[in-house]
Formats: sequence, structure tokens, C-alpha cells
Amino acid sequence: MQKRTQNIFVRRTVFAAAATFLGTVFALPLVWFIFAPFNARAELGLAIPSPFTLSNFATVFENTFAMQALLNSLIQAAGGVVLVGAAATLAAYALSRSPIPGKGAVTYILLLFSSVVSGSAAMVPIFLIISAAGLIDTHLAVILVFAGGLLPTAMFILRDFIDAIPRSYEESAMVAGASPLQAFFDVALPVIRPGIVVVVVWAFVNIWGSFLIPFILLRSDKLMPASVAIYSFYSEAGTPIVTLLAAYSLIYSLPVIALYLFVNWKFGFRFFGGIKS
Amino acid sequence: MASVEFQNVSKSFGAFVAVPDISFQIADGEFICLLGPSGCGKTTSLRMIAGLETPTSGRVMIGGRDVTYLHPKDRGISMVFQDYALYPHMNIADNIAYPLKVRGEQETKRHARAKEVADVLKIGDLLKRLPSQISGGQQQRTSLARALVYPSEVYLFDEPLSNLDAKLRLEARGFLNHLQRDMGMTAVYVTHDQAEAMALATRIAVMDKGRIVQFAPPIEIYRRPATTFVANFVGNPPMNLVAVEASIGEGALHLSADGLQVAPIELNDAIAKAAKAGKMTLGVRPEHLRVAGPTDHNILSGELFANENMGPESLVTLERGDNGRVTARIFTDDEIKVGTSVHLAFDARHVTLFDDSGARIPAAGER
Ligand SMILES: Nc1ncnc2c1ncn2[C@@H]1O[C@H](COP(=O)(O)OP(=O)(O)OP(=O)(O)O)[C@@H](O)[C@H]1O
Ligand SMILES: [Mg+2]
Repeated sequence: MQKRTQNIFVRRTVFAAAATFLGTVFALPLVWFIFAPFNARAELGLAIPSPFTLSNFATVFENTFAMQALLNSLIQAAGGVVLVGAAATLAAYALSRSPIPGKGAVTYILLLFSSVVSGSAAMVPIFLIISAAGLIDTHLAVILVFAGGLLPTAMFILRDFIDAIPRSYEESAMVAGASPLQAFFDVALPVIRPGIVVVVVWAFVNIWGSFLIPFILLRSDKLMPASVAIYSFYSEAGTPIVTLLAAYSLIYSLPVIALYLFVNWKFGFRFFGGIKS
Repeated sequence: MASVEFQNVSKSFGAFVAVPDISFQIADGEFICLLGPSGCGKTTSLRMIAGLETPTSGRVMIGGRDVTYLHPKDRGISMVFQDYALYPHMNIADNIAYPLKVRGEQETKRHARAKEVADVLKIGDLLKRLPSQISGGQQQRTSLARALVYPSEVYLFDEPLSNLDAKLRLEARGFLNHLQRDMGMTAVYVTHDQAEAMALATRIAVMDKGRIVQFAPPIEIYRRPATTFVANFVGNPPMNLVAVEASIGEGALHLSADGLQVAPIELNDAIAKAAKAGKMTLGVRPEHLRVAGPTDHNILSGELFANENMGPESLVTLERGDNGRVTARIFTDDEIKVGTSVHLAFDARHVTLFDDSGARIPAAGER
């Protein structure tokens, strides 16, 4: 009896120690990420800022290129998200509800190719296509390539989501006198919305953090997104200016955090019931 | 209000034939019940009237108009779904009023009308809630209210009362019955509760495996079931069916089975023909059985298996050896003990005979 309790005690201690260690390993970079921007002498090592200062931010705000880049990121991410969200919703709805033969295969093949399209392997053909279309160095080029790359996965996620929603929602609307379009907007869309929200957040984060595609498709400084502009905080020799980099990184990540909070507050990552189970 | 007609309608899902071939006519103002066991194609037939399912072949007519390929919204119907299908993001008032919204009714008017209908169905104080915040029975009544909130040519009900408790179900049934008599609605009502079908229908269509076995007024279905299937499905408890050996002698039909005693039955052509097979089924309703007295000639005997007191009557079940059970509704207070042998009597005029294939044989003097 005594031995058993001891045994359990030892096991718990070991588990707690291991969990603490793992937690610390993951938390340290985050702690650095939060402290360093407010430290005028920030290094790669962890240090509590003294004095607490906003001077890093002041310097960053004076860098017009970096500030313009944040706006560019927003334009490209918003454009991509709207396109992906709208197109994926309509496509997934059609794929889920219409009796097209072989629709499953279509989705899978698209899914397979999408990993190629937005991957680096396809960079050369993408560049050639965009340049042939005369779109090099435009926001539109970035938005289109991202939309193309993300769409299949978005469609796949949403189609699964819509498949799980009983058809009788729209059916009862149509019997009640609604046209297919009315049934879609009045009944289906609100029910699908939680799924769309997930896809939108996912697409936003993807575009926001992407470096390669805008780097290759854009030329002029005034179009570059933040993911590229972040390199303006490296010295000519290629070493990072840690203080400014930290401050900019924090600003750079705020929109994503804000989006998560907003979505969670406004929609919640949830799903409502209402069909007899 | 309008008539409904099926002309040789069939429906397959891939290789599976859900409805092989159905034809029927429903007159304007009729209340039709589709009655049958689970999976026999009731919902499928209803959905073809609604236009939610396109027939594989055949034509569907509403009010004399071919609507086989018409969109549901243009058919002038309303429907209660088996799974309710309430819109989860709208409150009860908006759910009920949705058909009016689609018709362009303004908000205050449609909410007033929704409240009216909701009050009748006793959900008037739930209007602000979401469907997920009310009980199953309340959801079902919401769905019923949504179907009744606007005038339609044809009302389609898919087991609209299945989830209500006994008292509410009786009330809602009475309400539907009143509605039907009041405004003469044309309705097709799916149920597998035969009591509901008996109470509401002007005619009942009994379905089995995608076919209509009998389509007749309730009393006809009850008195003259076309087949053993119908006999066994209608009535509470259903008709007792006893397999018997049949032979003809001295100008009368003689039936025999273990524990069965029947006076010779008067012959007619149909009986004589059916008797050639040597086998028949004798049917007698539980309410036509009584405890046998000394003068009775038609007697079923067996060991008492169960005796359930239902208030005014008791359900007495006999076990006839290996030949199955017989249930009787007995209206006396006589004490019957389990395990004792019991003799039940019936009158010749209450006997229904079915031939070898299960089809009813018209009795002597009929037609
Ligand atoms: N979409 C479908 N695909 C394939 N088979 C189907 C489909 N819908 C219905 N069926 C089949 O058709 C048959 C009839 O179904 P239906 O829903 O009409 O039965 P029902 O009489 O309404 O039964 P219940 O009383 O259980 O509701 C069933 O065997 C069912 O499995
Ligand atoms: Mg059904």
C-alpha cells in the first residue's frame, strides 16, 4: 500500500517535471517575443527590459517602407481571403449538393495539384504565366496565385462541412416557396458560416505569412508585403538588427491575433444544432 | 386546394428500387394517409409530390397540371419534414414566418400571423428562442406551424406527430382533423401509427415494399383488409391470423387446425376456388373474440399466455402450442389465470378468409 502511493508520487513528479520542461522550451521564444521589442538593448538572449522603452517602435514607425509593407500585406491577404472564401463556398456547395458524377475525384485531383501550385516547385511556370499575363509587379498577381493555391484545400474543408449539413434545411425552404438562390442565402449560408470562418482565418494566416510568392512576383518596394519587408531590418552584412526586428515582428503578428480574437468573439468556432438527431 | 395524381410513378436510387410502380388519384379536399412499415417508401412518395425527388419514370400531377419536373417552390405545397428541418440560426417566430417572408409579407404582419398559429399549437411563448433551445416535441410543433402558416394547394405531412407525448398527440390530431373539416385541405399524411391514420384519413393507402396494397376508406380497410399484410397491420392489436387446412364436403367449407373448431362455412364460387389449394388463413379481430359459453360452435383454444388489463377491457393472449398466439379483447371481469386453458368464441359473420397467397376471399353474399 505504502509502496503504491510512493510509486504514484514518483510517477506524478516525473510527469510534472517533463511537462514543465516541455512547456518552458515552447514558452521561451514567446517570452522573448513579448519582452525584446520593449528593450533598447535586446539581444538574442532573454532579458527583462530595463528601462521599459518604446524607442524601438518609434524607429520602426519611421521606416516608411516597412509601414507601407504592412498595408500591402493587408491588401493582398484581404483580396486573397475574399476570393478564396467566396469561390470556395460556392464551389463546395455545388460539389456537395449537385449530383455531378465523379465530383469526388475532381476535388481530390485539385487537392493534389494545389500543393504543387503554391509550392516552390511550380515557381518558374507560375512566374512565366503571370508575366505572360502582364501582371508581374501587381497586387493582383499575388492575390490570384494565392487564391489558386489555397482554393482546393479550402473547397475540400468546406465540402466536408457542407456534406454534414442535412439537405432538408434548403429543401424545406424551397418547399416553402424559396428559389434555390433564396434558399442558399437565407438558410444554407448562415448554417455554413462557421465553416467559412475557419477557412477564411486559415487562408488569411497562410497569405499573411508567405514569403516566396510575393518576393518573386513583385519588384517595386511600394508593393512588397511585410513578410518581405522584414528583411529591411537586416544590416548590409546580413545580420539582423534585433531590436527593430523584434518590434516589427510584434506589429506584424498583431493582425493575425486580432483576427483570431475577433472571429472568436463574433462567430466563435462553433456549430449550432437544430435537426432532430 | 387541388387534386394529386400519380401515373405509373417509379423511383430507384441507383440499383435499389424504392418505389416500383405507383398509380393513384387523390381528389380535391381528401385527407390521405400513407400507412406502412419503416422503409416501405412513404417518405420517398411524399418527396416526389413535393418535387424534392424526381421520379425515375411516370408523371406527377397536381390540380390537373403535370408537375413532374416543376421546382418545389412552384407547386403550391407545404410540407412538414420527418426531421423537422428548422433553421438553426432563426428564432421560432422567424422559422414559422419564413414562408411569408419569401412571399414578401412585411415583418410585423408575418410575425403577427406566426404568433396566431403558434398560439394554437401552444408554442406561442417560445417565439424568441432558437430551435436548439426547445424540446423535440416543441420543435415538431414549430415545424407543423411553419407548414400551416400560409395557404397551400396540398399539405404534405411526414410523421408530424411522431415525437409528441400521448396527450399532445391527441390534441394535435384533433386540431388537424378540425382543420381538415373546416377548410377542406387536401393532405397527404405519412404515418406508421395506424390509429392516427384511422382517425384522420378520408382514405388510407397501405403500402408495403414500395407498392400500395390497399387504398380505401378507413372503415373498409378495417372491415375488409385486402391481404393478410393489411389485416396484420391495421387494428390495435391487429387481426389474429390462423393458418388452417381447408376442404370441401357436403356443400360447405370445413376448416381445421389444432385447437380450432369452426362450424362449416357456406360456399360461394370464390371460396370453392380458393379451397382447392387446401390451405387458407382464417382471420378474426381481437374485439370479436369472447370467452366461450356452452352453446358456441366457433372456438379457438389454447393456454393463457398473458392477461393485460387496459381499463375497460383486458388483452388476453393465448398460446396455441406451436401455432402462434391469439389475442382477444375481453370486456368482462372474469378472472383468467395464467397457464390454464382458455376457450374463445367468435361469430361466423366476423370471420375473414384469406386464400393461399394471402389475398382476401369475398364472403358469401358479398358483391
Ligand atoms: N437517397 C436515397 N438513396 C438510397 N436509398 C434511399 C434513399 N432514400 C430512401 N432510400 C431507400 O428507399 C426506401 C424507402 O425509403 P423511405 O424514406 O421512403 O421510407 P419510409 O417509408 O419513409 O420509412 P420510415 O417510416 O422509416 O420513415 C428505404 O429502403 C430507403 O433505404
Ligand atoms: Mg419516412
